[in-house]
Amino acid sequence: MSNPQQLRYSKEHEWVSPVEDGVATIGITEFAANALGDVVYAELPAVGDTVAAGETCGELESTKSVSDLYSPVSGEVTETNQNVVDDPSLVNSAPFEGGWLFKVRLEGEPADLLSADEYAAHTAG
Amino acid sequence: MSSTEPPRLRHTALDALHRSLGATMTDFAGWDMPLRYGSERDEHLAVRTRAGLFDLSHMGEITVTGPQAAALLNYALVGNIATVGPGRARYTMICRVDGGILDDLIVYRLAENEYLVVANASNAQAVLDALTERAAGFDAEVRDDRDGYALLAVQGPESLAVLKSLSPKHSASLVQGGAPIADLDGLKYYSVLSGTVAGVPALIARTGYTGEDGFELFVAPGDAEKLWQAITEAGAPAGLVPCGLSCRDTLRLEAGMPLYGHELSLALTPFDAGLGRVVKFDKEGDFVGREALLAAAEHAAAEPPRVLVGLVAEGRRVPRAGYAVVAGGEVIGEVTSGAPSPTLGKPIAMAYVDAAHAAPGTAGVAVDIRGNHEPYEVVALPFYQRQK
Repeated sequence: MSNPQQLRYSKEHEWVSPVEDGVATIGITEFAANALGDVVYAELPAVGDTVAAGETCGELESTKSVSDLYSPVSGEVTETNQNVVDDPSLVNSAPFEGGWLFKVRLEGEPADLLSADEYAAHTAG
Repeated sequence: MSSTEPPRLRHTALDALHRSLGATMTDFAGWDMPLRYGSERDEHLAVRTRAGLFDLSHMGEITVTGPQAAALLNYALVGNIATVGPGRARYTMICRVDGGILDDLIVYRLAENEYLVVANASNAQAVLDALTERAAGFDAEVRDDRDGYALLAVQGPESLAVLKSLSPKHSASLVQGGAPIADLDGLKYYSVLSGTVAGVPALIARTGYTGEDGFELFVAPGDAEKLWQAITEAGAPAGLVPCGLSCRDTLRLEAGMPLYGHELSLALTPFDAGLGRVVKFDKEGDFVGREALLAAAEHAAAEPPRVLVGLVAEGRRVPRAGYAVVAGGEVIGEVTSGAPSPTLGKPIAMAYVDAAHAAPGTAGVAVDIRGNHEPYEVVALPFYQRQK
């Protein structure tokens, strides 16, 4: 399992893309997707919602369990991935690409995120 | 340092193999078991359409032998075990004196005076203790055989073909001296025979917990890895894949089969669980729980308790065990098992609901999913039945 170097990571297993025009893309990591098992239902925040770093903003349901979705950054949701709502298995098959979850217009610089190597060390424990 | 370390997990004979296959492991009743190898949905569909291979070595085997083995089992269990012919199997239950279900079991009659009782892993010790205690005064021996067997299950429509390719009768390569020839074609559902598979001596039973045709193979733990590898190789062209406990749970749920700790418990009698048919009052002699079960049967007939029903979601949120079933703002029942059904493509659940809301098609039933009342349709069980 390899974590893309250009992304940053939260300890709650979300990833954050490089910021473009003030907007970052959010998803969950392959490690998290594997731990969940087959994702069957994704409840994402709505466009226009304000999310806060470290707070829940949705949920992901898998065969065995339901897990809260945490936002790794603060800001306003500008877009959600309808493809994942229609086909949640994208979270398992392409967690870092087609399985992205939502985009956020950032309020300030995100804090407390890990590099790919730091995240790898975090999940190795 | 914590002073109360969790008890060490037990490992099956196939533990190293599961790890080499990259299985996600889980603690199940004190055993470290494969939950899934890849996608549990793919594993589920493989069993429905092709074949799957399971390690079920956590199940608890107890052997009962002796001239009064049948009499003991008739006294200790609720079923009429005396009517089980040699080579046949029976689904039954063991209850406490108060009628509460201690476990559900499969009893295999291996020989005239020899029975194999298979208990759930979580209850195996309790079943062993109860059988041992109840054996007092009977000319019969109760033996803990949990370490004596590994248990592999091959389930799915291709299982017969896969096993036939590995049995002496069908692969001209090896007919071993004196080894019984396994007539797998002639082995009926809920039957058992002693034979060899891939050269490994095995008790071959046509039983399972998936709603598909299939076999359960009881073998010496030392032979488990050899047998697993042989079945994997022989089954690969037919699409057989290794399967974990996660898909076993969704398979049995679709098939409407109860799971102890969910649909069955000490707080329920077989009549509460809608399984009163397993209790045989007309058998010879007394049996443990008889009086309480007679009362439970009368009560169930006069004043129906909550009824076990199926629920199918109209939406996509998944009900989980313990969630309330509601109608008209009132709680009318409780979910005992729930999961996304790979076959139906929707969330499904089993639930105990008040009799007034138990009829298939009852309108206005919902499940309280973390505060949201999600509409559910009441259906008859099972959700899935294979075409025979």
